Amino acid sequence: MAIANTGGSNKLNLSYKRSKREMDKQEIQELEKIAAKIRWHTVHSIFSAGSGHPGGALSIADILATLYFDIMKINPLQPKWSERDRLVLSKGHAAPSYYAALALRGYFPVDDMVTLRNFDSYLQGHPDMKKIPGVDMSTGSLGQGLSVANGMALVSKFDGSGFRVFAMLGDGEIEEGQIWEAAMTASHYKLGNLTAFLDCNGLQIDGKVTDVMSPLPLKEKFQAFGWAVTEIDGHSIEAIKNAADWAQTIPEQPKLIICRTIKGKGVSFMENQAGWHGAAPNQEQWQVAQNELNQVLLSLGVKQ
Amino acid sequence: MKKMSTREAYGRAITEFGATNQFFVLDADLSKATRTDIFAKQFPSRFFNMGIAECDMMSTAAGMATCGKKVFASTFAMFATGRAYEQIRNSIAYPKLNVKIAATHGGVLIGPDGGSHQCIEDISLMRTIPGMVVLAPADAVEARAVVEAAIEYDGPVYMRFGRSDVPIIYDTENFEFKIGKGKTVLEGNDLTIIAIGDMVYEAMEAAKHLKEEGIEARVIDMCSVKPIDIDLIIKAANETGRIVTVEDHNIIGGLGSAVSEVLAENCPVSLKRIGIMDVFGRSGQVKELAEYFGINAKAIIDGVKELLVK
Repeated sequence: MAIANTGGSNKLNLSYKRSKREMDKQEIQELEKIAAKIRWHTVHSIFSAGSGHPGGALSIADILATLYFDIMKINPLQPKWSERDRLVLSKGHAAPSYYAALALRGYFPVDDMVTLRNFDSYLQGHPDMKKIPGVDMSTGSLGQGLSVANGMALVSKFDGSGFRVFAMLGDGEIEEGQIWEAAMTASHYKLGNLTAFLDCNGLQIDGKVTDVMSPLPLKEKFQAFGWAVTEIDGHSIEAIKNAADWAQTIPEQPKLIICRTIKGKGVSFMENQAGWHGAAPNQEQWQVAQNELNQVLLSLGVKQ
Repeated sequence: MKKMSTREAYGRAITEFGATNQFFVLDADLSKATRTDIFAKQFPSRFFNMGIAECDMMSTAAGMATCGKKVFASTFAMFATGRAYEQIRNSIAYPKLNVKIAATHGGVLIGPDGGSHQCIEDISLMRTIPGMVVLAPADAVEARAVVEAAIEYDGPVYMRFGRSDVPIIYDTENFEFKIGKGKTVLEGNDLTIIAIGDMVYEAMEAAKHLKEEGIEARVIDMCSVKPIDIDLIIKAANETGRIVTVEDHNIIGGLGSAVSEVLAENCPVSLKRIGIMDVFGRSGQVKELAEYFGINAKAIIDGVKELLVK
């Protein structure tokens, strides 16, 4: 549990705020530490709950770390600050890593992560904006988040407040037709302040995304819908940061960042296994996972 | 008697209140029919046409509402509550967002479009969503008041407006509407007719004929289907003993069911539900359809008599 108490390092994290310049190695390593902590709490909270979705939560840990500790203009002391940047976790089942990022960022105590999915906890199985500080939208039912993000982006444009809106989509999720309605809307209304991350871990509950219902080709499809698209390694902090910066250079189009990721990233036996989409580790498996996650933290110099 | 459709009244009301309230209006390519075009012309920057994509429209409205905006989202009742049910449920109602779903063309009395467009399930679908307010105004005056109440209310509201011109039964002066309150529009102690929407006028017409035959029917406009006016229903049951409900909606799940629930739990009395008898609609003129489906003054009179001899 030592790791659980190393979160909430707000002062350090606020120091990341700076404009466009190359990230130095130290900054990247700090974010890698955050991502490693997110992974630790993700798996631990799912283990504690006895249920949850580790695979797709682990695949977006690096993106969440970079968003919440570098890219997004936010203030955990004022979760409802009207001009904050927003994230809609459209793939709401990735809640555990989302919560871990929010907790580590200081929105709520990291120690509460172990109450995930409990009856008396505010940490609902899927994100609930009415209960959880920092959650910008309640999600869980797939396919609706991009439309919600559009609504936020339209308000930002209308009010001239200029906040950015981010959406986190899954490559299985975009099989939902509403995603494509929203893709049309985003370019029709020229939502240049909208950036969507597409977590391409290649797997969904029933197997490979390309076997179940292929959404390919991704880049060409979104481009045809009027989006500016780039493709990155979704586990490279530097690439995530650069892509988010790139997004700001194109004012009139919504941006899609296709993130190549590994489902279950960071826990060897979960990696690239569809079976770990929605299953909790048992005690024995948690021990193995914990050892691996601790190794990463140690290698990054995080004391335990 | 002056007539106006409640959808026309809706379009005018959002335009009137839009001058002082900075809400947004969304439509799904039906603005000429839902009459949000009136608002769009007056306040183009606050009107967003979302195209023929109702699911996207509802979730977009939700996203706007998370940023503190009030949003009216309009389309036909069928596509709002049927097509986009789950978006309303999960994107709007679950987070209790300030989206006002203003659906027009509710019921079979929309006329020739036929069964695919005649939504007789909307009230039932919306009523079952936790926290959703469901309002079905009887005329243009009440429609305007409903819009005003929806603006003031903090949370999701479903409003059902009709397509056809209906007589204006209320005076604009001194008209008051409160969410959760029904209105006794005619007094009587032999039985009570509880109606919504276009059927309130038909109920009043029926009551007039019944009076000529010596039957004093009370008529209640239960525009606020949810929350429903429990006290007013109990009072009517206690004082008149018999209840008839009338709606241009399936008798399952709508006003008839809502009133039944109140009666069964508080003061069981004889009840007759008049409405669409669990069948789909069909094309035809409004009058023909009202006759065929048994939702006009004549059918109400028959229903009342049937109940009285029970």
